Amino acid sequence: MENIQKVDLTKIKPYGDTLNDGMVQMSFTLPVPYGDEASEAAKQLAEKMGFDDPAVVFSKDLGVGYTYFVMYGKCTHTVDYTNIEVPKVDMEFMDREEVEEYIKENIKRDVVIVGACTGTDAHTVGIDAIMNMKGFDGNYGLERYKGIEAINMGSQVLNEELIAKAIEVKADAILVSQVVTQKDVHIANLTQLVEMMEAEGLRDKMILICGGPRINHELAQELGYDAGFGSGSYANHVATFVVKQIVERNLI
Amino acid sequence: MQGGNILESKLNLNPELIRSARSAASSIAEQTQEFINKNTTVTVERTVARLLGVDGVDEIDKPLPNVLIDSIKESGGLSRGAAFWIGNAMVQTGKTPQEIAEAVSSGELEITKLPVADEKKIQEVVYETAKKTVERIKNNREKRNNYLNTIGEGSQPYLYVIVATGNIYEDVIQAQAAARQGADIIAVIRTTAQSLLDYVPYGPTTEGFGGTYATQENFRIMRKALDQVGEEVGRYIRLCNYCSGLCMPEIAAMGAMERLDVMLNDALYGILFRDINMQRTLVDQYFSRIINGFAGVIINTGEDNYLTTADAYEEAYTVLASQFINEQFALKAGLPEEQMGLGHAFEMNPMIENGFLYELAQAQMAREIFPKAPLKYMPPTKYMTGNIFRGHLQDAMFNFISVWTHQGLQLLGMPTEAIHTPHLQDRMLSIENAQYIFNNARDIGDEVEYKKDGIIQRRAQDVLTKAEELLKEIEKEGMFDTIEKGKFGGVKRSYTGGKGLAGVVEKDEKYFNPFIDLMLGGAK
Repeated sequence: MENIQKVDLTKIKPYGDTLNDGMVQMSFTLPVPYGDEASEAAKQLAEKMGFDDPAVVFSKDLGVGYTYFVMYGKCTHTVDYTNIEVPKVDMEFMDREEVEEYIKENIKRDVVIVGACTGTDAHTVGIDAIMNMKGFDGNYGLERYKGIEAINMGSQVLNEELIAKAIEVKADAILVSQVVTQKDVHIANLTQLVEMMEAEGLRDKMILICGGPRINHELAQELGYDAGFGSGSYANHVATFVVKQIVERNLI
Repeated sequence: MQGGNILESKLNLNPELIRSARSAASSIAEQTQEFINKNTTVTVERTVARLLGVDGVDEIDKPLPNVLIDSIKESGGLSRGAAFWIGNAMVQTGKTPQEIAEAVSSGELEITKLPVADEKKIQEVVYETAKKTVERIKNNREKRNNYLNTIGEGSQPYLYVIVATGNIYEDVIQAQAAARQGADIIAVIRTTAQSLLDYVPYGPTTEGFGGTYATQENFRIMRKALDQVGEEVGRYIRLCNYCSGLCMPEIAAMGAMERLDVMLNDALYGILFRDINMQRTLVDQYFSRIINGFAGVIINTGEDNYLTTADAYEEAYTVLASQFINEQFALKAGLPEEQMGLGHAFEMNPMIENGFLYELAQAQMAREIFPKAPLKYMPPTKYMTGNIFRGHLQDAMFNFISVWTHQGLQLLGMPTEAIHTPHLQDRMLSIENAQYIFNNARDIGDEVEYKKDGIIQRRAQDVLTKAEELLKEIEKEGMFDTIEKGKFGGVKRSYTGGKGLAGVVEKDEKYFNPFIDLMLGGAK
């Protein structure tokens, strides 16, 4: 066993079957016709990407003069893992019962949360998973929580409508889901909401959260949101964040 | 009420239950049809204008069919129908419908202020023009049949893929690549939110979000590209678009004129998932289906969408109930069973023990209950995670069931579902997946039977039983009340809520629409 190298966390690289072999599998398409020249081009490209011994293990003609490659290569770069910092929603998440108990003890009234899929986005899968009774993957949604009044406005809601609703029901928090991110349409949309809330003088009075498969906490904070939740987030994560914020920011 | 006979059920389904479910659905459609027959909508009338030859936009890009119909509506004339006013203007001015629309647009003609000509005369000129368009659509049908008889087509399940670059010219490249790789149907994804526009945009799209607009020009560009590649690969390539939203019949008309082959065209989808007013959609879907029926277009219904909001295991019976209703609405619009791509989906949580057996049971059940329909089978989306390797396996399981149960249109799942709109290589991998499985297990459905009273048989029987109960309930309560109560997809919609209600107008006794008469009943 003593022959086995120890991981040097200041210089990590991909692992295939031996430490520091740097093995990476990748696949991509090049806009050139299938053949030896195409494979050579793919190899040269992989070298430029920082791979040693690049190998095309499979290639296929895609039918429009383009070629698809499956490749392996040995990564020559390393990263210092000990210096990594990732901003994230850094807290112990409570489960549903704990959130309910927390509301009863600390907030002593119903917490109102309004959610919507805004702009042109018609994909409600995310907001439904967080808000609807049933939730997702065995994790109940916010509607199920005692002490939370959850209002899911559905899809293609204008930022104006969302804000109007939030004012009407005196929302504590707003959840915005963005699934369609083609050509960064979500960025413009999310930014507009923040600006409108600031203009209305609401930004400090409400907790503003966004979510979606391409959203993370860092992006959310950059855009002026309190938190961002990506894939793998459930209702209890969002609920924990909201109720803790209400208490911390004294929005009770 | 029709519906094919089941010769022999591998699932031991009770034919009496099927008959009862179908009879309830037929009576539901009948009740709703009474409402439909009394009303028209702005998009139905714009469709009439389009079919009479009105096209183009004004200086602010407002489509001339909108200019014309808005003008008729504002002066209170819409209950008589666009055909009446256009016909009258043709008689009185000698202009073509296009010239009339242009004159209305420039303000030189107030179409409802002209003296009213003899009714017979009006009908005569309108029918003469209408017949020319109907002939054009008939020719398109013949051209399609001619292609199918000469260059042929792929075998079912048809490989159905989407292109969604947002630029129609880029879509052409992707579509042709897909056809060369083996795709049989190309769906050009519509840009997000077109369904809520109460007009159809004009011209080619080069910068759409998540897709291109359904425009007649885009249809034309893609049709040409697919004919080209079809001739090259020796297989007719079908073109699919989306006949849904606030302009269902207009898009159907454009598709009929440009020889689209497949159209998403659900009777309830817009109500449930786009919050379009139910009165509006029910009237719109009727005329859109008459056109699709006549044009030989296979419609796709949208039941698969219920399973993205509701649970695929627990709510399977709502899919079946909706298929029965969609079937009966389609029959009312003269759309033959052979053109009914009734929708369902492989959307159960992949972690369910024996989930594959339940999916198999449901797919086989749909096949037996709608024996002539080219069923549209939708891939897993809800439980696709970004793990492209597991996703590829989920798609394989889905493909296996499809070939086993003889589905008609197989919308191919992409391993990168939930990540991005498909890349060129994603589509190739998906086509390869389906081709491998379809070929490798081609006749499995004819070889394998199911254990009597086993898991598969019991699952199908259970879903059918619940669907029949739901349909009987709807029959009692009526379609409108049922939707208000949220029985489909768990979505509640009110009778007067949603978008587009202002565009519904009650017909008066002199209303006429030549195309209903000329097209209803398919080839007649």
